[in-house]
Amino acid sequence: MAESLRRAMLFAPGNNPGVLQNAGIYGADSLIFDLEDAVSIYEKDAARLLVRNVLRSIRFPCEVGVRINHISTPWGYDDLEAVLSAKPDFIRLPKCEDAEEMQRIDDIVTKAERRYGFPEGSIHLMAAIESPRGLRNAYAIASSTPRMMALAIGGEDFATSLKTTKTKDGTELLVAKSMIVFAAREAGISPIDSVFSDLNDEENFIKETELAKQLGFDGKSCVHPRQIELVHRVFTPTEKEVEQARRIIKAYREAMARKSGVVAVDGRMIDAPMITRANRILAYAGITDTYQEGEHHD
Amino acid sequence: MINAAGRTIPDIIPGYGPVLPFQGPFAVTPKGRRAGAALKTSLPGKNKLLASIEEAVEASGLRDGMTISFHHALRNGDRVMNMVMRVIAQKGIRNLTLAPSSFLDTNDDLIPWFEAGVITAAQTSGVRGRLGEYLTNHQLPGMTIIRPHGGRARAIISGELHIDVAFLAAPACDRFGNINGVEGPAACGSLGYAMVDARYADTVIAITDYLADDILCPISIPQHFVDYIVKVDSIGDPKGISSGSLRMTSNPRDLLLAKSVARVIEHAGYYREGFSMQLGAGAASVAAGRYLREIMLRDRITADFAIGGIPGPFCDLLEEGLIRTLFDAQSFDQHAIASLRTNPRHQEYDIDHYANPWNKGAMVNYLDYAVLGATEVDVDFNVNVITDSKGQIMGALGGHPDVAAGSKCTIVVTPLLRGRLPIVTDSVQTISTPGETIDVVVTERGIAVNPRREDIREHLVRAGLPLMDIRQLRDLAYSLTGVPDPIRTTGEVTAVIEYRDGTVLDTVRKPAEP
Repeated sequence: MAESLRRAMLFAPGNNPGVLQNAGIYGADSLIFDLEDAVSIYEKDAARLLVRNVLRSIRFPCEVGVRINHISTPWGYDDLEAVLSAKPDFIRLPKCEDAEEMQRIDDIVTKAERRYGFPEGSIHLMAAIESPRGLRNAYAIASSTPRMMALAIGGEDFATSLKTTKTKDGTELLVAKSMIVFAAREAGISPIDSVFSDLNDEENFIKETELAKQLGFDGKSCVHPRQIELVHRVFTPTEKEVEQARRIIKAYREAMARKSGVVAVDGRMIDAPMITRANRILAYAGITDTYQEGEHHD
Repeated sequence: MINAAGRTIPDIIPGYGPVLPFQGPFAVTPKGRRAGAALKTSLPGKNKLLASIEEAVEASGLRDGMTISFHHALRNGDRVMNMVMRVIAQKGIRNLTLAPSSFLDTNDDLIPWFEAGVITAAQTSGVRGRLGEYLTNHQLPGMTIIRPHGGRARAIISGELHIDVAFLAAPACDRFGNINGVEGPAACGSLGYAMVDARYADTVIAITDYLADDILCPISIPQHFVDYIVKVDSIGDPKGISSGSLRMTSNPRDLLLAKSVARVIEHAGYYREGFSMQLGAGAASVAAGRYLREIMLRDRITADFAIGGIPGPFCDLLEEGLIRTLFDAQSFDQHAIASLRTNPRHQEYDIDHYANPWNKGAMVNYLDYAVLGATEVDVDFNVNVITDSKGQIMGALGGHPDVAAGSKCTIVVTPLLRGRLPIVTDSVQTISTPGETIDVVVTERGIAVNPRREDIREHLVRAGLPLMDIRQLRDLAYSLTGVPDPIRTTGEVTAVIEYRDGTVLDTVRKPAEP
């Protein structure tokens, strides 16, 4: 099965009915309805009920998750209680510091799945790392439960916890971002880059997105629908990359059909990582004709 | 009787008379000749300047039962209609038909004159605000008739709407009575509406706050149509006349709609060197112009002409050479006004030239594309731009039905939902434009093509656009909002919606719950 694309994850404030209602129309790969920073403490209860009802009544064209408040706050458990009954595709925990937090959420999700008769394991989890302690535990968090699907970095909070500020070129977060990618890749889940909040600075948004792609992130969080197209543009392979990937897959298939072990394209030997990479490029280009392990050839 | 748009219309409407039902967009062939203004003579050296509006009203011979007109190019900044009506009311004249090119929010001040019987009939292209509600809920003795711009021009030139006195707000006027709209403190740009009234009214009074010392250049309405001139302190508030300059919307839904509109234009079959368009001035239309600009630059394609109300961003396209000629019946912002004043390929023209169905070829007949808005669209592609979700009049036909009839491909762009209202419905409350003249409906959740236009559907499918059946769009809207209860009415007709050819397309009936 082709891995699901998570290039652009769009945040939508959980207290705004108009925005939630239309969140699905912009082509995001994932939606995250936010109960945390976008919602003031005076609206926490109303927002979680609104998000629950939106999840129940509107069909969205992509996966939809909920960013809950941290479970150490007065709202985290109530958020879970309210929204799990509406079966979000995933729960995102902000400011995650260790694996145990994810396991506690996993327990609650497991019980909810049983209570509501949802297939076991159908609600996924993701965590955002926003502190050095969380970063030190990143792999443990990423592999904390089989529900884990993605690991993100919360850039603003991370920079604050380093006692520095986020800059346009992002030097201060470079190491942390790379470590998030290492941890996520080792655990076999998606690394997701943090948001970029200056909506009018397209140039630096694109630069930061290009860097994220280069570092190995699967995608980027977006705070405005305008950013989705830009993320897609960066993460969409070039025609040249797609063409090369097609030729690699084609040559590999032909070699397999001939039962020949040695394949070369443009004078370069094709090995397993190249097949994986070619498959990934085709998937990001929206092409479904990828190479499947063990596919039959007549 | 039931007309060709499927609406049940009375045979006779009180205050309106016998009804000619709508029979299809091009069913009526006119007979007869153009009407005309009364013949007059003006002695050598005559001074047209009068001291006050009151003097002008007296000089015009206005009396009970006559018809007067105004133009709305000063939009919500206009002070002339309210000012003149106050004088007329104070003089004790009653039973007038008020026939402005449109009413705007600022005309709520006129309600007392309707209540007092000074005005007993209204003929116009649109009404908003509290006056809209008033006319929805009160049957005038002489009825409220709403016509599209082209239909109003037709009614005037055919003599069906005979104007006794036209009071024309004149942003700039000289001592001979020449008028233009591009100078003076209340400059509004094109005088496309006023130009028709000036030619056909028996008496024309220019009301100005800028009496130029020199003879005007350019001249939009020439002196030989103008009887009198009155100088007042101010004809309009510039803030209400035009926005400084229209800014590109940042609303993501409007941008999404705009992008879809640009793609439909690119692929529907008429996008080629020398195509023509009317885009409108809504947020999504203006943004569509920007996306279209990128496509046109990429393909090195230029448009032959663009028409309609003109916002500033289209003047940029003119300056860049992407549009070769602009025809302007109404200028929407300072940039458009400046462009009309300085760019010879930005031409002022009147509503007869723009949209009248009874002449030898209005510009709307030569459009490839028109992009229009909607308050509601139904599964038969009928559009409502006149009444709101409570059945109250709150909009204007404008050139909507004219452009839809003339254009080869008419695109209606609207969000599928507004707040909690579904916009694609089973049946619109009031038909302002018949569905057979609408080709494509663009929403943020899908695009529907009128089954009459299989050719356009094929083009758009080939281009990979997300097409849906209009019924699917309706179902999607209803699934999100629920099905609205029908608006209950008393059955009493309070306004007649005329099609551009003068037949009755629909009626507005008094809501049971105002």
